[in-house]
Amino acid sequence: MEMQNFKNPVVRWIDHRLPVFSFMHHELHEYPTPKNLNYLWNLGSLAGFALVIMIVTGIILAMHYTPHVDHAFASVERIMRDVNHGWLIRYIHMNGASFFFIVVYIHIFRGLYYGSYKAPRELLWMLGVVILLLMMATAFMGYVLPWGQMSFWGATVITNLFSAIPFVGESIVVWLWGGFSVDNPTLSRFFALHYLMPFLIAGVVILHIIALHRFGSNNPLGIDVSGKQDTIPFHPYYTSKDLFGAVVFLTIFASAVFFYPNFLGHPDNYIPANPLQTPAHIVPEWYFLPFYAILRAIPDKLGGVLFMFGAIAVLFVLPWLDKSPVRSGRFRPVFKVFFWLLLLDCILLGYLGAKPAEGIYVVLSRLATGWYFFHFLIVLPALSLVERTRPLPQSISAPVLGGGAMAGAGAASKEKPNA
Amino acid sequence: MRSLKSITLSLALTLGMLTAAQNVYAAGSGGTITERDWTFSGPFGYFDQASLQRGFQVYREVCSGCHGLDYIAFRNFADLGYNEAEIKAIAAEFEVTDGPNDEGEMFIRAGIPADRYPSPYANENAARAANGGAYPPDLSLMIKARPNGANYLYSLLTGYADAPAGVEMPDGMHYNSAYSGHLIAMPQPLYGDDVTLADGSDASIEALAADVVTFLAWTSEPELEARKRTGIAAMIFLLVMCFVSYGSMRYVWSDVKK
Repeated sequence: MEMQNFKNPVVRWIDHRLPVFSFMHHELHEYPTPKNLNYLWNLGSLAGFALVIMIVTGIILAMHYTPHVDHAFASVERIMRDVNHGWLIRYIHMNGASFFFIVVYIHIFRGLYYGSYKAPRELLWMLGVVILLLMMATAFMGYVLPWGQMSFWGATVITNLFSAIPFVGESIVVWLWGGFSVDNPTLSRFFALHYLMPFLIAGVVILHIIALHRFGSNNPLGIDVSGKQDTIPFHPYYTSKDLFGAVVFLTIFASAVFFYPNFLGHPDNYIPANPLQTPAHIVPEWYFLPFYAILRAIPDKLGGVLFMFGAIAVLFVLPWLDKSPVRSGRFRPVFKVFFWLLLLDCILLGYLGAKPAEGIYVVLSRLATGWYFFHFLIVLPALSLVERTRPLPQSISAPVLGGGAMAGAGAASKEKPNA
Repeated sequence: MRSLKSITLSLALTLGMLTAAQNVYAAGSGGTITERDWTFSGPFGYFDQASLQRGFQVYREVCSGCHGLDYIAFRNFADLGYNEAEIKAIAAEFEVTDGPNDEGEMFIRAGIPADRYPSPYANENAARAANGGAYPPDLSLMIKARPNGANYLYSLLTGYADAPAGVEMPDGMHYNSAYSGHLIAMPQPLYGDDVTLADGSDASIEALAADVVTFLAWTSEPELEARKRTGIAAMIFLLVMCFVSYGSMRYVWSDVKK
């Protein structure tokens, strides 16, 4: 990393001893980024933004929340009614979880379409899957905290999954609960872990960004950057674009928070938890529905759990399942079709996860689950071997095959040193 | 073009997921639900204060015999349009158990604005004992705790009827067209003209039901008006910011050759 010569003497003094300013200049300012990124590349910074929103609102909520079975529900209502703007903080946090998942799911499907998981970005991708897993654990435990009916019964169903583990399953469940049912010890530990895990996520996000900055962003063409003419500095180009994306995101987010705050929630969670009364249908939050559908599609409990975790596990090994040297789906006519089928399949799984496990829904769940694994385990490896891909452009600056290379160097004009 | 395509793609994705999600919870009650226009629905929604006051009267004279309102304090009635003196007067009409005093005794005193609305029963067991085993739930959050809450509760209150021929009615159950399964333990609470409204307005069963639903929508979401007003301001600000940030992005990007 090159040391910068800053004009401000205080900055220069500090930077000479602790090169944080050089670091920031290098990673956030001059960081060369492909100039052809489309708006789908906004979702990464948006996910980081959503994480910050969740941590800030979460810390404020924790100041007013009481993690006790007798007081949790009432303390949330107190936040909604008596804490200044408590309703706003809580609705931001509650809807923020959903929007965080929306952003991350789009981010993941963008990676799937443009082959962002391929060499040399395999670890970047795998760290992303770790973040997804941590997010799921965090969201699940957070949903338990208001101690409504769905909180309680959701926690009961999901923790019970561990009882499927042979021999030690029952003991593990008792250990997770801290007792013989979901009760006060469970609530307190979920609160403690729910507070801890976002910081673990933040840690993995830093690793994710370090891995990203090693080779830079992938791009819609999926070809490597061939030189300076293909890139522009991150600042001000992508900072201004990310800012625009963030404002659009906030506009959509705010319309949910202010006008339809309970649209994505389940009404039953406004009924205090009652261990003696099981709700008619126990459904998880919408972002877990595809996995819930897979879980229920398998007639065997242990099998269901294995397939559910397997749905994430295939993402871990995805870079080795899809060996096609062409990254972007734009140049893979057959892959492209299967990509859209996978997306539809995941939405179908989400729909089925919300339906009762009976009749036609069970059959469809099994077909959709089968298709999910068929896509990753059979289609992608097979396509790597047989697909005839379209010719790739020579470079980002010359997207038209055989066209003359244009000099994209004009972009440097705004990039004055020490500006 | 490319960017337009990707925006459309993102929106389509989001909408797809949201629709799938929404489908979940709409799944439902199995009863017949009447859809009504409420002043408090939609982005510009507000509570009609006269209706809130009438609804409170209906709750107080009919519902509060069995159903509590745990999360509402008398001071909250300022939202209904009552001034401080009126709230003090309303609170003083109730008896509240307080204590222990300096002698260690619990004592009864008149209510003050800081008190929560008193529960009709000492505890859940007492409530069940008095209602043939069924527990009349607290109503503070009822509208949020049921899918399509306002329309559902309105339909429930106006949905009592004689059981159709062939439907066997177990003892202590009542037929209701809106209730899931149609058999409800709660006896018909409103018949029309059961309450002489303080402002002398229409006391038909539909009007009384609409008023009490409005009141309970407020107890569920007392922040609703502030939330929607803030939301309108936030949307105006954000939409302006969309244009500003889009313009600045285009300005910054103007020298990048495709």
